[in-house]
Amino acid sequence: MKVLVGVKRVIDYNVKVRVKSDNTDVDLSNTKMAINPFCEIAVEEAIRLKEAGIATEVIAVSVGSSASQEQLRTAMALGADRAILVETEDTAEPLTVAKTFAKLMADEGAELVILGKQSIDSDNNQVGQMLAALTKRPQGTFASNVSVEAGHVAVTREIDGGLRTVKLALPAIVTTDLRLNEPRFAKLPDIMKAKRKPLETKTFADLGVEVKQHIQLDKVEAPAARQGGVKVGSVDELIQKLKDEAKVI
Amino acid sequence: MATLLIAEHNGTELAPATLSALTAAQQIGSDITVLVAGANVKAVADAAAQCSGVGKVLLAEGDSLAYDLAENLSELILSVAGEYSHIMAPSNSVSKDAMPRVAALLDVGQLSDITAILSDAQFQRPIYAGNAIATVTSNDAVKVITVRAAAFDKAAATGGSAAVETLAAPADSGLSSWVNDELTQSERPELTAAERIVSGGRGVGSGENFALLEALADKLGAAVGASRAAVDSGFVPNDMQVGQTGKIVAPSLYMAFGISGAIQHLAGMKDSKVIVAVNKDEEAPIFQVADYGLVGDLFDVLPELTEKL
Repeated sequence: MKVLVGVKRVIDYNVKVRVKSDNTDVDLSNTKMAINPFCEIAVEEAIRLKEAGIATEVIAVSVGSSASQEQLRTAMALGADRAILVETEDTAEPLTVAKTFAKLMADEGAELVILGKQSIDSDNNQVGQMLAALTKRPQGTFASNVSVEAGHVAVTREIDGGLRTVKLALPAIVTTDLRLNEPRFAKLPDIMKAKRKPLETKTFADLGVEVKQHIQLDKVEAPAARQGGVKVGSVDELIQKLKDEAKVI
Repeated sequence: MATLLIAEHNGTELAPATLSALTAAQQIGSDITVLVAGANVKAVADAAAQCSGVGKVLLAEGDSLAYDLAENLSELILSVAGEYSHIMAPSNSVSKDAMPRVAALLDVGQLSDITAILSDAQFQRPIYAGNAIATVTSNDAVKVITVRAAAFDKAAATGGSAAVETLAAPADSGLSSWVNDELTQSERPELTAAERIVSGGRGVGSGENFALLEALADKLGAAVGASRAAVDSGFVPNDMQVGQTGKIVAPSLYMAFGISGAIQHLAGMKDSKVIVAVNKDEEAPIFQVADYGLVGDLFDVLPELTEKL
């Protein structure tokens, strides 16, 4: 079975986010970029399915600027067979990304799509669910375990209060949570090999995906800065402050 | 303008997050209908009808709604969506699962995790794990919204007397089915819902040493969290991680022990009301956000604190 896996280029999770002085957006110039951590887990899961002989082909897909080629090459170094970049210089909204994946899922005849549950930039947590709705397929969101069986996939989901396992008819959409797996690092020979793997570039127009602005970004501000407080000298003083000043115990 | 609010509940009781989302709904308009969906949730619907400002309660009961399957729940919401300008839910694992499906089927965008309402179409929401706040405007006729409960005060659970109308449950999609649940059997509150959190970092040194944190947590009725460093070191499992890629929390009291305060950890807890940091290193960045800092050895401080509280 073919597996599509989503890869988004985002700010590295260890880099401090700066807001532009004109408050139009965050400043990503000269910033270290990386694969979104949840997408990295999605890529790892797809590769493990290939190693287990369940997936026949793993196709990494990114919707983003031409610079996203870097993250697609990384996905191929990790083990994806080929990659598709749907190129856009504008920020694509979740619904547009979902429509793009829906088209690619049909074109490729993919039976499983694995996406990160959310990207650490826009924090929307929407694309997988929207894709499932558009394709009228079931979804297993926030997955901490994925087990493919004949015609089905069992997904253990992280829900408030614990875990819930659901069984989904294939084709299905899975979104990853942190505990699903621990992504590997790319090895140098694989990085070299990935340079020769096919990377196809398409546009929304090529795929017949209509782009509509549903939500406009008016302003981006830094959150109210938190002021450091006081240092206390002893446990007794700490307890007294928490009781009498902060009134939280 | 009319708002449909999807209630959060545990099958028997209305969750407090519903009351926070109700406050958010009231800021948009006064015509509010609450939808209660589940297998056997009449009691929840009756409780929703008592809440202040609720105009009507829709009760949908059926086997297809028993396990919050998004495929079925989104169909239920869609079946009544036509009457509303705003479809809202407190942000939780059920609404995060189902609401984007509703938005996609209505061909509209979704506003996730809003923290402020500026008008009926303009909202604020955190992006980059709360390291930036975006002001956004929806161009869609219907606004599908999830609400960060911690950002809104709870509406009164009494004072209302709304009528409860029954709604037919949707047919099962046949695409997904429930297999089993493994719910955490812990006396301690859940991290994202806890009013108090005691958290440990690399400085705690080992998984066994987390017992010191647990003892304090039990004294305070707190949940236990950890930094990514503690998780990566194998002290505790991933689901205890507080931070950008873990849980985002905002309790009344957050106590950090042996946590240096990496950016990605701060992103997960800096909206806490009161932050206490205990660290040997007086230069640790955690002290820059802590309301009360104590420079000291956590192995001395923790037992003393637990004993004296």
